[in-house]
Order: sequence, then structure tokens, then C-alpha cells
Amino acid sequence: MTAQPTHLNLQVNGKPVVVQADPMRRLSDVLREDLGLRGSKVGCDAGDCGACTVLVDGAPVCSCLTPVVRAVGHSVETIEGLSPNGLSDLQNAFLRHGAAQCGICTPGMLMAATGLLAETPAPTRSQVEDALGGVLCRCTGYAKIIDAVLSVGHSGAAQALPASGQAVGARIERLDGLAKVNGAEVFGADHWPEGALVVRAIRSPHFAASFEFGDLAGWEAARAVQVFTARDLAALGGVNRFGVIPPFADQPALAETEARLRGEAVAIVVGTHKVMDAIDLSDFPITWTTLTPVMDPATAIGARAVQAERADNVLTRGRVVQGDAAAGLGAAAHVAEVTVETAYVEHAYIEPEAGCAWVEGDTLVIQACTQAPVMDQDDVAILLGLPRERVRIIPAAAGGGFGSKLDVSLQPLIGLAALLTGQPCRMVYSRAESMQSTTKRHPATMSAQIGVDAAGRITGMAFEGQFNTGAYASWGPTVANRVPVHASGPYLTPNYRAETVAIHTNGPVSGAFRGFGVPQAAVVQEVLYDDLAAALAMDRLAFRRLNALSDGDRSVCGQQLHGVGIDACLAALEPRWAQANADAAAFNAAGGALRRGVGLASCWYGCGNTALPNPSTVRLGITAQGRLCLHQGATDIGQGSNTVVTQICADALGLPIAQFELIGPDTALTPDCGKTSASRQTVVTGKAAMLSGQALRQQILALTNRGADADLTLDGGRIIVTDAAGAGEISLADLPLGAHGYVLMAEESYDPPTLPLDEDGQGAPYAVYGYGAHLAEVEVDMALGVVKVLHITAAHDLGRVINPQLAEGQIEGGIAQGLGMALMEEFIPGRTENLHDYLIPTAGDMPKITPILIEVPDPEGPMGAKGLGEHVLIPTAPAILNAIRDASGARVTRLPALPHRVLAAIQEAGQ
Amino acid sequence: MTDFFRPHQLSDALEIARTGGVTITAGCTDLFPATQAQALRGPVLDVTGIAGMRGITQSATGWRIGAATTWTDILRADLPGAFDGLRAAAREVGSVQIQNAGTIGGNLCNASPAADGVPALLTLDAEVELCSTAGTRRMALDTFLTGPRQTLLAPGELLTAVLLPPVAGTGGFLKLGARRYLVISIAMVAARLEIEAGHIRHAALAVGACSAVARRLPAQEAALTGAPVARAASRIDASVLQPDLSPITDIRADATYRAHSATVLMRRLVVGICQEAEA
Ligand SMILES: Cc1cc2nc3c(=O)[nH]c(=O)nc-3n(C[C@H](O)[C@H](O)[C@H](O)COP(=O)(O)OP(=O)(O)OC[C@H]3O[C@@H](n4cnc5c(N)ncnc54)[C@H](O)[C@@H]3O)c2cc1C
Repeated sequence: MTAQPTHLNLQVNGKPVVVQADPMRRLSDVLREDLGLRGSKVGCDAGDCGACTVLVDGAPVCSCLTPVVRAVGHSVETIEGLSPNGLSDLQNAFLRHGAAQCGICTPGMLMAATGLLAETPAPTRSQVEDALGGVLCRCTGYAKIIDAVLSVGHSGAAQALPASGQAVGARIERLDGLAKVNGAEVFGADHWPEGALVVRAIRSPHFAASFEFGDLAGWEAARAVQVFTARDLAALGGVNRFGVIPPFADQPALAETEARLRGEAVAIVVGTHKVMDAIDLSDFPITWTTLTPVMDPATAIGARAVQAERADNVLTRGRVVQGDAAAGLGAAAHVAEVTVETAYVEHAYIEPEAGCAWVEGDTLVIQACTQAPVMDQDDVAILLGLPRERVRIIPAAAGGGFGSKLDVSLQPLIGLAALLTGQPCRMVYSRAESMQSTTKRHPATMSAQIGVDAAGRITGMAFEGQFNTGAYASWGPTVANRVPVHASGPYLTPNYRAETVAIHTNGPVSGAFRGFGVPQAAVVQEVLYDDLAAALAMDRLAFRRLNALSDGDRSVCGQQLHGVGIDACLAALEPRWAQANADAAAFNAAGGALRRGVGLASCWYGCGNTALPNPSTVRLGITAQGRLCLHQGATDIGQGSNTVVTQICADALGLPIAQFELIGPDTALTPDCGKTSASRQTVVTGKAAMLSGQALRQQILALTNRGADADLTLDGGRIIVTDAAGAGEISLADLPLGAHGYVLMAEESYDPPTLPLDEDGQGAPYAVYGYGAHLAEVEVDMALGVVKVLHITAAHDLGRVINPQLAEGQIEGGIAQGLGMALMEEFIPGRTENLHDYLIPTAGDMPKITPILIEVPDPEGPMGAKGLGEHVLIPTAPAILNAIRDASGARVTRLPALPHRVLAAIQEAGQ
Repeated sequence: MTDFFRPHQLSDALEIARTGGVTITAGCTDLFPATQAQALRGPVLDVTGIAGMRGITQSATGWRIGAATTWTDILRADLPGAFDGLRAAAREVGSVQIQNAGTIGGNLCNASPAADGVPALLTLDAEVELCSTAGTRRMALDTFLTGPRQTLLAPGELLTAVLLPPVAGTGGFLKLGARRYLVISIAMVAARLEIEAGHIRHAALAVGACSAVARRLPAQEAALTGAPVARAASRIDASVLQPDLSPITDIRADATYRAHSATVLMRRLVVGICQEAEA
């Protein structure tokens, strides 16, 4: 019998280690905190995400569910032990296949797969799915992960990086991939100076409540902690209002007297790790007085004001009007109409918000998860009353973002703690805190009518959308404006009226989520297109092609469009469309409870801010020693901008990509590349990188007097420039030292040219648009309403494919999120604040995906390129819904299409 | 620091349990998700080291599954066809990680209405063995489970084993959830059929997640008994099956759907087992 073993002898990665720990502590916590093995990630502390998977005696377990004492006498393997000498075959396969995007699930995936391969060296696809089913990934859609595992043992050798001028278009591994597969990547929770204090937040358990603090001083003193509230923030001279759109900034970092959403922070508690680990926050001295929460946007207008300054609970309205929608509908041969309701959708990145702050000289340094370092810098400076230059943001590797990590979350809280304690302070949100307090996709109730003439041409469309924007503004205005611009879909729509309203409630704050409302609106339009094709007895693909925008057409905003690729995407689906319909018909002829169907949907999406400036600036320099440094300030949250931006720059400059050294992002080291959102980094930062590369090339050509098509060679301290007429040479050490320590440097900015929208939404909101179309094949269980998506063929016009592997990764990952939105994801405030009640797709839920990359060059985009990141999920849900209807007759208008809703719709259709 | 006990002898364990106030732990896959803390509060009695608590053994009186037997142990065990439902259930619990740690005893003592192990065990006429310093008692599993998160486990008592009489026939299990892995059942069904000469001689049927505790379906079993296998499907009838259920509406599904899907799943399961038996 054992009692209280405090010294625990463990065997970790083949080495004996002794820890002094509470025997019932989570193994994950001991690995990370006591042994410094931070490669194992904690995403939920509940076994739901599997990121913390380690092997105990070769068997995968969640280290967050394993008491450390249970590892005594057994061997523990973590990602750090996978590759004592270089990378394992499996890690290499992950790199080669692009299986890691953000990288937060990668350690868990690698360990689960290692466990499988040790027992089953040549697994089948379904064995791989079984083995990986316990690890959630939100970026990749699992396709490349499964391929990587299946390829172990027969995946080829690593490819050399392409030569000068051949980087764009090359299927190269991500340049920042190594740290993602060897466990070295530093996410928000992975770095803290020794002895950093721990910060935890006190949050509202109510949707709406006023509050008063009790004896804070007494409570603090008894526990050896410090408590900070909005008062402390005000004492610093801060303005306690943040927001991603400054004119709408309305959210306090710490609520002052009233909490307006469940999970809103009202105070922080700061103490040593030891104290904070044991502290019980349930007796924190606070008295809540609940208010009647405003939860239903349908009745919110006129209800109690969520924010006194917006008495009617209307945050903002959006509108685009062209021609006369009523007349267009009146003249139509057929009009279809529908009302669609969508749910709150949670970003569910596997990394909960985390970071650390410290003071260096007179600068507050914050290293935390983010998609928008410069916006964080601005918000933190305002909130904490600091001049902007005294805030430095170092983006930690972001373990997924998808829009939610654009808004500050813990940055001001850890900043406040660091300033007031003078010590480094760190914080990690629990999964519940993350799900309660950060932004969501807007739930929407949308109604529309679309009319066609007898020949099948769209004659008009009227759209109305009500978006539940939650307690604070966040990106509500962007959603309200983006939706009317895009609700026509990529189709020529002459008479058009689209109106939106963003309404405050005491629900979670709705913000940015991949597509800013457009995925919701696309459901409405694409469902109606199937209705109209049916009314016309026209083939659904032919109907869409007939109405697809063409080069030179004007959008509903009156903008003349160039480089329009939608018809090319639809055309690319033709072969599969014919085959899929034939396959489904053959399958259904056999009868039975399973029915197959095929559905289509399109997307278009403007890259960058809507009719607002959003410049990126890129610096490129060469040192006297011949280091070639690219200051790349776009945060790579997994989507690949570190790689893509470098590929573009390399070819613009004319040097091989292998010679580039990446710097940043870091607000102290990189110029502003704006936020990673709105599918803008390839287009906007990519173009700035292209311009910088070209400018530096010009300098080099001028110095050597060589022609435009000369070849450059950077060879240690010299650059050799060769053209038909001969060679010139620059000796770098002979050049005068310029700014930032470079002897040659270029810094260029690019801001996409747009025109403001007038009161009817007429103008030129975006400089570049991307297009796409999905074909979904599904199987519906007619007796249970269960939907299985079998195959999605996804054609996307990228203008110019910079990196096919990364593009496919975006497509597969976007489809996974679109599938989740279509079939299972529904965040219910107060009820689904974890990853077992809130369901996202697992490795077993994904269809086969066939990406088709189309290149219709954009005249404005860098080397013709368009954005892709958000486009990819827009068509998925409507294509699936249309396929469900094709299979079963069920017209599902409330998302997600859970089995009981699909069954009810099947029964309704049958009556 | 948590007081931690991991005895090897059952008698020692029962002595510790007798003092009361200890948290009994096995795989901790239900206990850890229930707290945000980094350590489980003690004192803790870990039952996984007790001799005889893990593993499956057969004797003349039937089968004994130690309470600390993991789902992985069960799905890898060499068991007769009557256990096919239990093994299928084991494969459906969470994920490989959860199956490697979670135990059958934990599943029963945690007593979730959606516990995937229960329906198959009910069709195997399972009993539980409960031990304390006062002695050992046995009771039928459906007596032991009294409600959501409620059992007849007395203070000071441990669940030591699940006991199964010698059982014949072929088992099966189907689970319905909104995704493939890591999913709490909307409904699940288990069946064990003894088929002879093209007729169902004995039917044991159970449904989970459609009532406070998983239930056997006596009326439906009676309706099926004696039926020729070709008629099995038509004997599964909502009006016979559903009165034994009392499903609720929650975020996963509504009550009507639950009852309906249990009926559909049961019909498919029974037909599947019959077809396999015929083949
Ligand atoms: C991500 C995840 C997914 C899951 N998926 C499923 C699923 O699909 N289906 C399903 O049914 N369950 C699921 N579970 C729940 C859980 O894994 C199972 O119920 C498991 O069998 C519990 O066993 P355990 O040994 O881990 O229990 P523990 O957590 O160790 O204990 C559970 C309870 O039982 C008590 N207990 C344990 N052993 C004994 C004993 N011998 N005597 C007396 N009391 C005891 C404990 O005190 C505690 O109250 C899931 C859990 C997680 C974390």
C-alpha cells in the first residue's frame, strides 16, 4: 500500500526523472510546468481535443486525464522524445504533406499516429481515422494528416527548395514547419520568464447583471494575491473601451458596474503559480444583481438597452441598393423565397487564449496569441494609458484564430497585471472561459426573394438579414456591411436590395469568423437558386453558369469587375457534376433507406477591408555580410503567409527562397502588415512584398548597371549580377551602412485601391475578388435523418496559385468548418461551453475532397493572385444543404442540419 | 498535497474505503473533466492496482469482468459472439485515448444515462459485485443503476466486478451521434439474440440515452421471441418498443426523435444479427 508519494520516479522519453508533485495532478501539467516539456498542448483539460496525447507504455492517452502517479512505473513518451536524431519518418511525412497548419494539434496527432504505427505499421485509412479520431484539428480538415500517416514508409525524400525565379507556384513545404512537427513551436501558453505570476479572471456567471465588490483588500491579503479591477485601469489613465473598429469601440477590458454577457471579466486575481494553482475563486467578494437579459434579437429592438448609448439595441445597419428590386421581382417569371436561420458558431481553435506580459525598460511587452499585432498594440495602449510606442506586441504562434483572435482578449489583462505588479505575468484561458468570453459567428435570420425570367436570367433580388451581434460591437459593423455587398453571390443581379441590421443582445459578442457573415448569406441565395432551377426545369449547374458574373460585368455595388473566375470554377465542375448525378441516380435506383444526392454552391469574396484603407508594409534588407532579411509582419496563424509572402518576394527580387531569413512578426521589428483577416495577406502583404522585392532588385540593377532580366546571385558578401552583356558585382562590405543595419534595403507599402460606398452601397469596396464553387455529394439516411458527406469537389479561382499545397490545405480546412456549420455546430450560450457539447468535425466526419485550382489572373493582385482563406468555407454549407434536398427532398432552413431537423424536414417534404 | 492510496490487496482497499470521504478513482476520464483544477482533490483511493480488478475471466458460473478493466481490454479480449455488442460498445467509447484509460466500473458508477457500456451489459443479464468490509453483495445491473448519476453503491463500498452468467447467442450494438468519434449518444441500442432453426428463441434488447437509465425492453423482447428471422423486422414496432422509454429533449435531439431513432436502430440491429446468423 502506498500513501502520499511526493517524490515520483518517472521514465520520460527514455530518461528517468524525479518530480515532486501532488500524485493526483494532471500529467499534462507536470510535463509542462515541472519538466519543461511544453510540446504537449492543453486545449480543453477534458479529453475532448486530444492535443495533450502522450504514450504511456506505447498506448495513447490524454495526459490531461492521467494523474501523474499513474505514470510511475511506466514509460511516458512525448513529442520531445520522437526525434532524438533529426525527425522521425512520421514527422517528415507531416512536413512534406503540409499536415501541420497552425500546429497546435500536431503533437497530439503525431503521438496518436506513433501509437498506431508501432502496432500497425501499414494501417488502412479507416484504422488511421480510428487512431486519430480522438484528436481534434480545426485547420486542416484532416486530409493531409491522414495522407501523411498513410505515406509513412513510402513517402519520397524531401524536395530541395526551388531555384531563383521558380518559387511562385512551387509546392514547397511551409518554411516555418519544422518547429510545428518537433514540438518546439512557442504558442501563447508556452513561454514565460521564470517566476512569472499567474493571472486569472473573475467572470460574470450571468448574461446580464450589475455588481458590487465586497472587501477586496481583506480577500487579497488573506490569500497573498493582488486583485485589479476597472478602477486600477482608470488610475493608469487608460480609456476602458476597446474595439476593432475605433469609432465603435465600446467594450471594457474589465466591466465597470455591469456585466453584459456571461463570461465577461470584471476583475483579475494575480499571484504566484503556487498560490494561484490552489486558490478557490468561488468566494471572491462580489455581489451580483441580475438584470433581465435581452437574448432574442427578434424582440431586442425596443427591449431594455444592452448599452445605454445605443438605446434601441441597434448597433448598425447595412444596405446595398441597385436598380429596383421590387420591379425586378414583379417582372419575374418565377420568384422563390426562403427564410433561413443560423446558429452561433464557435471558432473552436484548439489553443485557448494565452500569453505573457512583462516590462522591459519603459516598454510593456506582450507575447500572446493574436491575428493582429498592431491592432493589439493600439488597443492595449489606449486601455492602459500608454503611448503606443511603449507597447510591444510579439505574436506567439497562434494555435488557430479564424477571426476571433483579431480582437484583444487577455492582452490588456496581463498587461495591466505586469504594469501594476512590475513582474512578468502569464495567463491561459480555460476552454470554458475561451468559449464564453470570446467572439462567435453571428447567428442570422435572413429572408430573401429572387426572381428569374422565363429564359432563366435573374431579374431581381431582395434580401433582409438580422444579425445577433451580442453585447459589444466587435466586427458587427463589418458583417452588416459585407453581407449586402456579397448576398447576390457571384451572379449578375440587376435589381437588388439588401438590408442588414446588427442587433445587440446579452449573448456572446459576435465578431469575425472566416467570411464575416457571407457564409450565412450564401445559404439563402444558393438554396433559392435550386428552387429557381427547379421552377425553370433547368439543370442547376447550367442555371448558375447562365447567371455567373463575367469579366466587365458590374457587381451589385456598381463596380466593374475584372479577372472574374466564377464561370471557370463552375465549368471545372461539369465533369464531376455529370458523373455525380449519374452515380446518385444509380445508387438510389437500388432503393433502401439511404439516398444519395448532389448539390452545388458558389462563392465570391472581396479581399481586404470593405472600402477602407488597409495597407501592408514590407521591409527587405541585405546586410554587409550578405544576410537577406525579410521583415514579414503578417501573422501566420497556420494559413501560410510566412511561406507565401516569401515566395512572392523571392521571385520579385530574383534570389532563391532558401536564402531568405524571416524576421517577425513583432511590432518592434516589422512594419505594419495589418491583420490576418479578410483573406488579405496574400493579396495585400504579398503585393507589398512583391513591390519591396522589385524595388530592391532595381537598386541592385542600378548599382551594377544591368538590364531588367539580369540574374542575381547572392554569394556571401557579394552580389553578382549577370545579363547578356556581362556580369557586375557588388561588394556588400563596401556599401555604406544604412537604416536598420542594412547596406541595401527596400521598404514598400501597398494599400488596395477602393472607392467608398455611397448610401446605396454603390462604389468599389474591394480591389480584388476571389471566386469558387463546391459540388457536394451526400448520403442521407431517410429513416434517421443522418447525413454523411461523401465527396466535395471544390474549384477555386486563386488568380495565381502561389503554393498549391498550402492552397489545398486552406480548401480542405475551410470545407471542414463549412461542414461543421452545416451539420453539427451550434453554440448555445450557457450550455455548450466545452468541446463535448459543442461538436466540430472529427477525422471520421470528413468526405473525400478534390480541390481544383483555377487561375484567372487578377489585374491588381500580386502576380495575378487573389485571396482564398475565407472563400473556401462559403459554398460548403449551401452545397451540402442542396445535396441533402436533392437526395431526400428535405429543405432544411435552420442550421445546423442535425439529424432530428433533417428527419423533420424529410417528413414535411413527404406530406 | 492529495492523500493518495493505491493498494494491491482488496482488503486494504476496503479498509481505506470504510473510513469514508475518499474519492474512488479508476481511469479518471469522468473525474477529471468534471473539474477545472489541475489536481483531483483527495483523499484518493485508486482501484486500478488491486489484484484481480482488471481483466476478464471465465468459469463454470459465467464470466467476470474486473471493474478496472479498460475498454481497450474488452475490445481486444477473446470473447464469444454474445459479447459482440459489448465489444462494439467498447469501440464506440470516446476515442482510443479514452478507451485506453476509461474502465467499465467507472462507466457504471458514473451512471450517465448515455453510458455506452450499459445497454450491452443489460442484454448479457449482468450483475454487479459490490464489496465492503461488511461483505460482498451482488445485484442485477438494472437494480444497481437507479437514475442519472445515481446508483445503489453504498458508502464504503467498491464495485469490484461485473458478473455475467453463461450466455449464448449473438450480440450487437449501434450508437447514433452527431459525429463519428468523441460523441455522446443521442440514442444507442444493444441486442443479444439466440437463433435456432431460423427462429428467434431468445431476445434480450436494451436502449440507452432514451430514459433516465438504460432499459431492457420486455414487451418488445416478448414480441420478438419465437419469430422467424424473416419476420423480425416487422415485429419491431414503435407501439411495442416505445412505452418502455421516457426520452427527454436536450441540445442533442428532441424526445420524439430519440424514441423514433431507437426504434429504427433496434430494427436495423436485429435484422443485422439475424442476417449474420443466417449467413
Ligand atoms: C472525451 C471523453 C469521451 C467520452 N466518451 C464516452 C462515450 O462515448 N461513451 C461513454 O459511455 N462514456 C464516455 N466517456 C466517459 C468515460 O470515459 C467513461 O464513462 C469511462 O468508462 C469512465 O471510466 P473511468 O475509469 O475513467 O472512471 P473514473 O473517472 O475513474 O470514475 C468515474 C466514477 O466512477 C467511480 N468509480 C470508478 N471506479 C469505481 C469502482 N471500482 N468502485 C466504485 N466507484 C468507482 C468514481 O468515483 C467516479 O465517480 C467519455 C469521457 C471523455 C473524457
